[in-house]
Amino acid sequence: MIRNTLPQSLVDNPRLDQWIAFEPDRTVTLKTGKVEIGQGILTALRQIAAEELDLQPPQLKLLSGDTELTPAEAFTAGSLSVEIGGGAVRLVCAEVRARMLESAAAKLGTDAAELAVEAGEITRAGTSTGLDYWSLAGTIDLSAQATGSVPTKRPSDFRVVGRSEQRIDLPVKVFGGGFIHDMVLPGMLHARIVHRPWTGAQLSTPDEAVGRLAGPGVEFVRDGDFVAFVSPDETACAAALGRAWLRLEWTGGEPFAPEQSEAEWLLSLPTKDRQIGPDNAPAPDAAFRVEARYSRPYLAHASIGPSCALALFKDGRLDVWSHSQGVGPLGGSIARALGLAPGSVAVHHAQGAGCYGHNGADDVAMDAAIVALRRPGTPIRVLWMREDELSSSPFGAAMVTEIAAGCDADGRVLDWTLRVTSPTHVSRPGAHGEIHLLSAEALATPVPRPEGREFPDERGGGATRNSFALYDLPPQRIIHRLVPRLPIRTSALRGLGTLGNVFAIESAIDEIAERAGRDPVAYRLSIMSDPRARRVIERAAEMAAWNPDDEGGTGSGRGIAFSRYKNHAAYAAVVAEVEVDEEVRVKRLFAAVDAGLVINPDGAINQVEGGAIQAVSWATKEQVRFEDGRVATATWDVYPILRFPEVPEVEVQLVGDPNDPPLGIGEVALGPTAAAIGNAVAHALGVRVRNLPLSRDRVMAAAMEAG
Amino acid sequence: MDAAIRLKVNGALREVSCDPDAPLLAVLRNELDLKAARFGCGHERCGACLVLLDGVPTYSCAFPVSAVREREVVTVEGLGTEAAPHPIQTALLEEQAGQCGYCLSGIQISAAALLAKTTSPSRDEIKAALEPNLCRCGVHLRVIHAVERAAAMLRQGAAA
Repeated sequence: MIRNTLPQSLVDNPRLDQWIAFEPDRTVTLKTGKVEIGQGILTALRQIAAEELDLQPPQLKLLSGDTELTPAEAFTAGSLSVEIGGGAVRLVCAEVRARMLESAAAKLGTDAAELAVEAGEITRAGTSTGLDYWSLAGTIDLSAQATGSVPTKRPSDFRVVGRSEQRIDLPVKVFGGGFIHDMVLPGMLHARIVHRPWTGAQLSTPDEAVGRLAGPGVEFVRDGDFVAFVSPDETACAAALGRAWLRLEWTGGEPFAPEQSEAEWLLSLPTKDRQIGPDNAPAPDAAFRVEARYSRPYLAHASIGPSCALALFKDGRLDVWSHSQGVGPLGGSIARALGLAPGSVAVHHAQGAGCYGHNGADDVAMDAAIVALRRPGTPIRVLWMREDELSSSPFGAAMVTEIAAGCDADGRVLDWTLRVTSPTHVSRPGAHGEIHLLSAEALATPVPRPEGREFPDERGGGATRNSFALYDLPPQRIIHRLVPRLPIRTSALRGLGTLGNVFAIESAIDEIAERAGRDPVAYRLSIMSDPRARRVIERAAEMAAWNPDDEGGTGSGRGIAFSRYKNHAAYAAVVAEVEVDEEVRVKRLFAAVDAGLVINPDGAINQVEGGAIQAVSWATKEQVRFEDGRVATATWDVYPILRFPEVPEVEVQLVGDPNDPPLGIGEVALGPTAAAIGNAVAHALGVRVRNLPLSRDRVMAAAMEAG
Repeated sequence: MDAAIRLKVNGALREVSCDPDAPLLAVLRNELDLKAARFGCGHERCGACLVLLDGVPTYSCAFPVSAVREREVVTVEGLGTEAAPHPIQTALLEEQAGQCGYCLSGIQISAAALLAKTTSPSRDEIKAALEPNLCRCGVHLRVIHAVERAAAMLRQGAAA
């Protein structure tokens, strides 16, 4: 059974007509605050609605992410869209169907239980009654509040849910359209933005010199340390920006320094510390201790398409088109930052390139809004450049995760402490009540960057995400050391703290197994009592034909890792096979995932495959670096990501029970894949690299050290 | 200064008035309303902007429009349409080889050029042909399968 507790999305948007509308053309509009960011959510939500309404999926049209037209569902993030947004859609649609049947029964003088729905037509004993949703729509009150009390379908009755459906947004993208980048509004001007090269940098170049850089046909907008070039000619605009990058002069602020590139730099900064779990002490009777420090670096979102937005300020109203994950919070932050009435800013979602967290989408929307306010009545289109995308977006936060464990001779853990040091993983617009927009910091009347605060543990945490190990361990002590102030802007990147913590925990588990002379798979199973976790570990090992007797140390190796995302979403175990000479080459990945009921199996597999491949790139290649005061990794040459010839084979199996509730899957593969690669590299080399990325330099250094 | 530039694009002769140094990509997108070729980096490193110039995959993001001259430009719009798709387009959809889809235009151009040379490409040849194309969502394997599927479709078409 699917639980019938009310999802937050329904609590916040209780009216049925906030979710659903019956159209004269005999379609049904499904309205959702969740947005397509490349993950296939619209396709999955349409399946859920079609299932509960007994419609064919093509009868449903999606309307998504509009502050005026769709339910307010905050952010599309955290692998929660199917659980929360989909949960609301499921209840609403079941309730609308029931009301339709009651109305039909009254008209027909029969019992609703005698009636069924087929593709929107009301039938009795398999024959049409002449009634359908559209003829009945006027008879039911869709402005009523959802009760959430109508039973939803049992999984055994599913026709559409659980079936692989083709993505509804893909055809238009294959045939060359579909993106916000393609939008053209009448009379639109292009703009390019000069972002400050480091936090707090002040522009010392006078206006006249900025004007000369603009060149013919290009105007500039300056507000404090914010500069935009505006022109009907996009090429001229981009050329002006290129000149500005070379010639503008900056002073003050906090120029970036090379040592900030390494996660361990965080250990030198002031922290705000708190402890989760009880005090503990090293077990006096431990046969051995594993005490190790692991880290992940700052990572860039590195979407293939740079962020883009359009804005139009007209008659006191600001319309913004954005690929933000949260149109409502974005509109609120823009209004606050620019001193506009909250009701005068509307944000309309338009699809962007792949989104893996809080990238430049919100910031570019603010950029467009600033310029639009200076050009009332004229639509403004802002496109970030590759350099903006790789250096001005928030970065995924670097983390240092230290683990200390005392064990008996068999590897049974007697004491366990994990200490994670990290800046915040969530500084989205509106988070913690803050505005959080990049260019708001640069205006003559600036909105200063607030101290970093962390995402609450009850919502999965940020740096503490997956810091609690699911194994059968003694009471775990977790120390969270938040670095509240640093010049590097960090926010949500796929999985938040999961990457650092799962890499650390799963590495430490392997180190303990090795010290105790245990096979990594057998050892994990010996300290894991959750049957769903056991099943994914066992299945991944089977898929990879795991050989406990493989000694490794030959330059090729295999490793396993497990996590349950956020400790309450989907379960995943991954086996990685690698070859290492000077560089790490990931050859094959095997992933077993339990996400309970899966709405769209092919879509889910696509997410797991994609997450695994992205994790290969993170784990082996990627690190944001700083030099000469600036972000030094602002182009693909210096921030390389995985290319086609480097991509491993990936095999994915979904092993969940459809009778279990659906669990978010979009971020499940990242942590275990990176950790499995780390364990495989240690197996291949006989020496462990504890700092991501597992780059050539780090592998060489570890091999040298081991002699 | 703007100049009159003549281009052969997707089989049609087009004339635009623009800066002769403007990148071909900007002209395609802004003057000719052909949105398939996409801006990704501006440095010929990601492949989002690839078009065919006389059948050769060419980065359009930094290619001066005046340098195209007599060469025939083919974009994804010229490869096929929803009504009459190119085999690679059919195959990408059948394999569901996409997440965000932003990279798929450039990938189609690389794949179409490969398939014009051979309808029996090896796995390594496919990977090499797609080396210029970056994908961040991680649909590489599905794309490779789609190229194999398109190759099979072309072989069957040739045999029929």
